[in-house]
Amino acid sequence: MSKSEVDAGDGVHPGKPVIVDRYTVAARINHWITAISLVLLALSGLALFTPALYFLTGLFGGGQLTRIIHPWIGVVLFLSFMGLFFRFFRLNLWERTDSVWMGRLRDVLANEENKLPEVGKYNAGQKMVFWSMSLFILVLITSGVVIWDQYFGNYFTIEQKRIAVLIHSATAIVAICVWIVHVYAAIWVRGTIGAMTRGKVTGGWAWRHHRRWLKDLVTGKN
Amino acid sequence: MFTPVPNPTTNPVAAKFGQQDLIRRSASSVTPPAKRQTEVAKLIDVSKCIGCKACQVACLEWNNLTEEVGVNVGVYDNPHDLTANTWTLMRYTEYENAESGNLEWLIRKDGCMHCEDPGCLKACPAPGAIVQYSNGIVDFDHDKCIGCGYCIKGCPFNIPRISQVDQKAYKCSLCSDRLAVGQGPACAKACPTQAIVFGTKDEMKQWADHRIKDLKSRGFKNAGLYDPPGVSGTHVMYVLQHADKPQIYAGLPNNPSISPLVEVWKGVTKYVGLAAIGAFAAFGFLHHAVAGANRVTAEDEKNAERLTEGRR
Repeated sequence: MSKSEVDAGDGVHPGKPVIVDRYTVAARINHWITAISLVLLALSGLALFTPALYFLTGLFGGGQLTRIIHPWIGVVLFLSFMGLFFRFFRLNLWERTDSVWMGRLRDVLANEENKLPEVGKYNAGQKMVFWSMSLFILVLITSGVVIWDQYFGNYFTIEQKRIAVLIHSATAIVAICVWIVHVYAAIWVRGTIGAMTRGKVTGGWAWRHHRRWLKDLVTGKN
Repeated sequence: MFTPVPNPTTNPVAAKFGQQDLIRRSASSVTPPAKRQTEVAKLIDVSKCIGCKACQVACLEWNNLTEEVGVNVGVYDNPHDLTANTWTLMRYTEYENAESGNLEWLIRKDGCMHCEDPGCLKACPAPGAIVQYSNGIVDFDHDKCIGCGYCIKGCPFNIPRISQVDQKAYKCSLCSDRLAVGQGPACAKACPTQAIVFGTKDEMKQWADHRIKDLKSRGFKNAGLYDPPGVSGTHVMYVLQHADKPQIYAGLPNNPSISPLVEVWKGVTKYVGLAAIGAFAAFGFLHHAVAGANRVTAEDEKNAERLTEGRR
């Protein structure tokens, strides 16, 4: 028997339509702190990454303030993402059906979900976002500390800082790409955003996209 | 003796170079002037240096800098390293010459080399915080500096230092303010032995040739000029007794160039990175246009209702 796909706080309310609780208040607040931090980090980071986007420093009160504030937001993001990580990692563990799902990405993109294996609380795409972001944020905070000259400048050699700044910018780019996938998927799959705002989705949404999760919820498996 | 730059006139003179003479400006582009000014250079003859530190004092004096009182650890280097206030530093090396059996005291005046291909400027993200004039001076504009320390990563010579007071980067300006009114650098002016001379880059190369001939006639067969081609030459050059081994002069790089890591970071990463972000965003728009939204159907809702009813 496979493990339960139900998280603490998930619940189902029969009716027309059926309403399903997907994220607790705490999880949602945790998510939005992470989200806001990540957007601010991307904007301030890109401002220092390329002269073409230097004007973005204006959003943070100029170049000096951008340089000062960026690493601190990074600390907030790291701590906040740690919260998300421990909340979500159990149901994001990779399973054999996830590989099947990934192998049929063509059907996913063509909105032909009936051809895919039934999905638990998270599909393979969401799991990939989760694990890649976990890895990238770890790399970003580590390389970020190495180039945080104001406090850690004396602890690293110039060569180490050169390597760190290259890793930091390249990883940030990939993380921004993953973020685009994450946001686009939430828009493309209608009815998703409510999960992170009000914490609820409709039964139809759960049936269509996360049927195994809905079934586990209904049968009370845990 | 090389004729020193004469004393200034007491009449005010117009600046000899300014914004119109920029050939490079960090994180932005400039229209280079039609005519480049004569390139200037400072020539530091290590073989003539007596280690008096008059240049260090003159630098502090002219630039109105004060160094903290340090701690003696048994070496002559004082302070121990370049700082945001010490833009030039005498570095003392005791070198045992195996060939001649002599102990040589190599005293190198360290500081910004004013590279023709400046790594600091190329790494700088703040528009106009680092500029290069057509006469070869690489200068920092502190009003525009944001204190990120990227110039330190770009520099092949480990020169810029971030001030712990205002978090801005500092280094030798080649006394751009003095040069603008026809004066030589303060350090050159103070040097009692002409170990530091200043003039046009061509004059300095000629003078260096003369000095190298002299050194060779005295048995320093590897005497030569340090004007490293890896950074397209510099506007601060050294005459070295052992030009085949720059490294022995307190770690002067043998063949300095901008780190390939910095070139990749500031070059291909920037373009590939922005292209990737653009491609992902474009894919989103395209996919939505072609495949459309993934909507929950009435049937999905019915199925969910049936499933939950089954439970009751």
